[in-house]
Formats: sequence, structure tokens, C-alpha cells
Amino acid sequence: MTLDRRSFLKLVGAGAGAAGLPLIGRAAELMPKSGKRVVVVGGGYGGTIAAKYIRMMDKNIEVVLVEKNDHFVSCPFSNLYIGGILPDLTELTIKFDKLASNHGVKVVQAEVTGIDAAGHTITTSKGTLKYDRLVVSPGIDFRIEEIEGYNDKTPELMPHAWKAGPQTSLLRKQLVDMKDGGTVVLSVPLGPFRCPPGPYERTSMIAHYLKTHKPKSKIIVVDANPDIVSKGGLFKKGWKKYYEGIIDYRPAKKVTAIDAGKMNVLIEGIEEVHGDVINLIPPQRAAKIAQVAGLVGDDKKWCPVNQATFESTLHKDIHVIGDSSIAGAMPKSGYSANSEAKICATNIVALMNGREIVGLSGINTCYSYITDKEAVSVAAVYALQEGKIAGVKGAGGVSPDLSAAEAVYAKSWLKNILTEMST
Amino acid sequence: MMMKWRGWTLATGVLAISALAQAAPPSAAMLSNACAGCHGTNGGSAGPTMPSLASQSKEAIEAAMKKFKSGERPSTIMGRLAKGYSDAEVSAMAEYFSKQKLHATNQAVDAAKVKKGASLQESNCGRCHIEDGKEGKDDTPVMASQWLPYMQMQMADYLSGTRKMPEKMKEKVDPMSKEDLDALLHFYASVK
Repeated sequence: MTLDRRSFLKLVGAGAGAAGLPLIGRAAELMPKSGKRVVVVGGGYGGTIAAKYIRMMDKNIEVVLVEKNDHFVSCPFSNLYIGGILPDLTELTIKFDKLASNHGVKVVQAEVTGIDAAGHTITTSKGTLKYDRLVVSPGIDFRIEEIEGYNDKTPELMPHAWKAGPQTSLLRKQLVDMKDGGTVVLSVPLGPFRCPPGPYERTSMIAHYLKTHKPKSKIIVVDANPDIVSKGGLFKKGWKKYYEGIIDYRPAKKVTAIDAGKMNVLIEGIEEVHGDVINLIPPQRAAKIAQVAGLVGDDKKWCPVNQATFESTLHKDIHVIGDSSIAGAMPKSGYSANSEAKICATNIVALMNGREIVGLSGINTCYSYITDKEAVSVAAVYALQEGKIAGVKGAGGVSPDLSAAEAVYAKSWLKNILTEMST
Repeated sequence: MMMKWRGWTLATGVLAISALAQAAPPSAAMLSNACAGCHGTNGGSAGPTMPSLASQSKEAIEAAMKKFKSGERPSTIMGRLAKGYSDAEVSAMAEYFSKQKLHATNQAVDAAKVKKGASLQESNCGRCHIEDGKEGKDDTPVMASQWLPYMQMQMADYLSGTRKMPEKMKEKVDPMSKEDLDALLHFYASVK
């Protein structure tokens, strides 16, 4: 890690000289740019793939991947850990060292605090970086201001576990510590949110845990949406078959406030629902950096992008992929982010070499576990139709039924997609 | 490649013209990369129940996709996905994957079974699965280094009748014991 040491020394120098001055324009340049460069913000399902594929397609482009952590934990499959099916998060955790050694991606562990679109420069906790094109794949943040009483400490009490890692472990611990006969409350925000079937898979996995280990307990699902958002028929079928009397599903119930002292959530400010464990998933928007950089659209939530290249319609030379972006019919899923990253990478390379844009083709595949042995899936193929990303008609759709084979295939899905991201 | 796409675009007429107004049609790489989330980068699978597509025979991929599409070959997700592609797109993907380097896997295989499987391969299967399964003949798939769990699941589908065995294969498979078949699959998994 020569780079880290050098950048650290530079930062120390800059800090001494720049006291009291605004950070932008004063922070040390982390790695001076010589040739063509793409900087990628975020080392998740989208960012790792964008970085890798740009390098695979054009070795003349320098790629710098900036990620806050030295590892990434997958949200897909984290529900299996919460349900006690996976023993820990090891299988879901990747590192970035092989992206560096196999593909020459330069990995910088730092937090991105600002983007100067006009100056083609980002500011990070370790210094600034210049770019020709920027890929922003930062994931989501929460609209906590829409829940009265929610503050910085709330996730420690009522975990969202919607970003995998310590929050996932905390929710698991709370479930393990809960007495038999207890009540779990899971609140689902209004869509769109990260992983449309995620809350319902989680419900299934928590129910599986309760049925197996705490049979007198139950889970109440308060869903702000009028019905289950994804794979609804299959979840309902699975819940009836395996979790009758354990899952109490209540649609069109929006949590607007919490009472931390009483461990209650409040529906529309009036109806109180008490939980011994509360998995409160707040409503969502694009991650903070996308907000700060002015990449979100009129809805103040998500980032509008050119539907062929994922270039922001608000700032030139900045591409937004993954959960933060508005990608037409492609859902906010891990596989979508993977697919979007490749589309984006292909066309960044085309644009930087003065070539014609390549037409879009994308896929989403997404598995959800109902029990430890049975899963369901949704799949789709995407193409551009009248300027928007749309599902190809006649293709895609959900599983006909719960399936043991799909639970087996899902494991290989995880193995392959995480291997793609880390090697 | 460019000539081929241009020909394909012209052949599809009016629809293609409106698509061209936005961008060129998807390239073979664009189409194929979308599959790599499940089948691995360049079709080299890391997941034991998902087949590698790298170095697979072009005709075998085309035949598989056609059967997934019609439902003749059983699947979970592949039938739903196959319906999203034209024949020309399937051919482009098949050709792309056929040109990728064979993905050599390091699987745990039983040495005794590999030895037995090697002799069974030579006397029974080698006329179609040529070069120790490293080459496909027409639509006969490449077997070398394929994942053992994947091949075992497919063989189970063949034996149960949910996947229809080609006549020539059936003639060879019918007299073999389950142990013979298992040995064969261990052999194919071991070939690099």
C-alpha cells in the first residue's frame, strides 16, 4: 500500500498549509492524472463491475475505484443469515485486491465527499481525484425525515439491515435474543426501494427462524404499499403453506412515526403496533453523494440518466448506475446493477474512443428464499424501446411455483455474481 | 462482426430503423456480458450448478436456447430468459461464448472414477463428444471441465425423462449402470 502512505503524507502536508481554507481546491491531489481516466465511486454490485469491465475492454483507460470500506457485504442472501440458514456473513463478503492484480484497477479506500462536475474532480477523505468520466454507484440512503421520532440512534434500536454488514448482524442478534412468544415487526416503505422482493424474503426468513426456534412468536408486516410489491402470488402461497399463524401481513399501513421508549411504530400517526424486535426499513432515495452532487432529479430522490449510456441528464461525463439511477423497467436489484454496469462500461469505452454507442441489452435475475429449501425467482430481458429501458415482451416473469431447484441454483447465482465482482 | 450486424439490421426492416435512431443494435459482447452475472465473466462459471459457456460449441448453445424457448428442455429461469432473444441474437451470443477460452475448473473428482470414465468415454461417447469432450461435434456440447453438480443434475433429468435424450446418446446410455454414468461425469469434470 505505497499509495496509501504517499497520499497520507500528502494530506498531512496539505492540512498544514490549508488550515481554515475551503477544502475544495486545497485538498491534495491524490493521484495526478496523466492519460485517460475513469473514476468509479462505490465498490458494490455496480461499481466493481463497471471498473473491471472498463479495464477488460480498454487497457489504455486508467480506472480508479473509490470505496469507503476495505470490503463489501452483499445484501442478496443476507436474509438467509438473518433467518439462521447461513452461519455468518463470510460467504457474502468480498475484497477488491484481485480487481487490482487481475485487471489493474486502482483501488482507493476513501469516502467521497464532493463532486465538482465542471472541474471533473471529486473530493475524497484522502484528497482529490481528477477524471475524464465518473461512474457513480453509491447505493441508497434513507428518507428518515418522513418518520417522526427517527434519529441517528434509531438504527441501533430498530435496525433497517438494508445495507448489509453490522446492521444485518444486529438484527440477527436481536432475533436470537428475543424471548419465545415475542413479536417481530417489519415495516416496508413505499416503493421504489432497493430490492423489491427483499422485505418479503426477509419476512419469510424471519418466519422460518421463528417457526424453527421460537414457535410461539409471530411477525407482523406493516407494508406501506397496497400489496406485496414483487412475486406477490408466490410469497402468499409460500406463507400460507409454511407460515400460517406466524406471519400477520397488513397492507396499506404506512409507518409515519416511532415511539422508541415503548418500542412502537405508528401507522399514519395513530395506530400503534408494538414489537419486541422492530425491523424498520425507512423510505429511500439515492445515496447522499448523489444528492450533494446534484445528480437527483425533480423527484429529489433518484438520478435521471440517458437510457443508453447511463450518463446523467443533469451533469455531463457523470454516469449513475445501480439503485441510485432511474433505469426504466430495470428494478433496483443486484443483478440489474451488474447488468447496468456492463452497459455503462461498454458505452464509456465507446465514447472515450470516439466510437458509436452500442445498443442496450440487459438482464435481471433475482431469487428469493421462502424456506431453507425452496425459492422463487423473477427474471427479465431488457432492451431500449422508444428511448426507454423496457422489458422484452413475451420474455421474463416469475416462477410457476415454489421450487427446490431454484434454491439450489440461487447459491450458484451468488457464487458467480460475487466472483465476477471480486476477480 | 459489423457486416453481420448490418445484414441482420437490414433484414429486420422497419423495426430496426427506429432502433437505429437511438443506437446501434446490441453487440455480441453486450448481449453476452448480461449472461455473465450467472455464467461467469466470459462464460467461465464459478457456481457448481451453472454451466460454463466459455468454449462451448456454438451449435450446442443455439440448440439449447431453442429448446429452452420452446420448453422442450426443462428449466427454471432459462426458458423465461431465452424468450427475450431473436434467433440472430442467440447466434451472436453462441458464437461469442464459443470463442472464449475453456474455463478449467479445479473440482474434487474421484481418481478411480476418472480412470473408469476415461475408458467408457473412449468406447462409448467419443464419436460425438470428441477430443475427450473438449470439442463439440455439431450440436453435441463440450463436456470438458464442466461442473460435476451441473452435469449430475442434467443426467438426472435425462434418466427421469424430463429432458429428452438424443437417440444416439440413449443407445449408449441405456446399457450403462448408474456407477458407469457417474464415472463418466467425473472424467469429463477432470478434463482440462
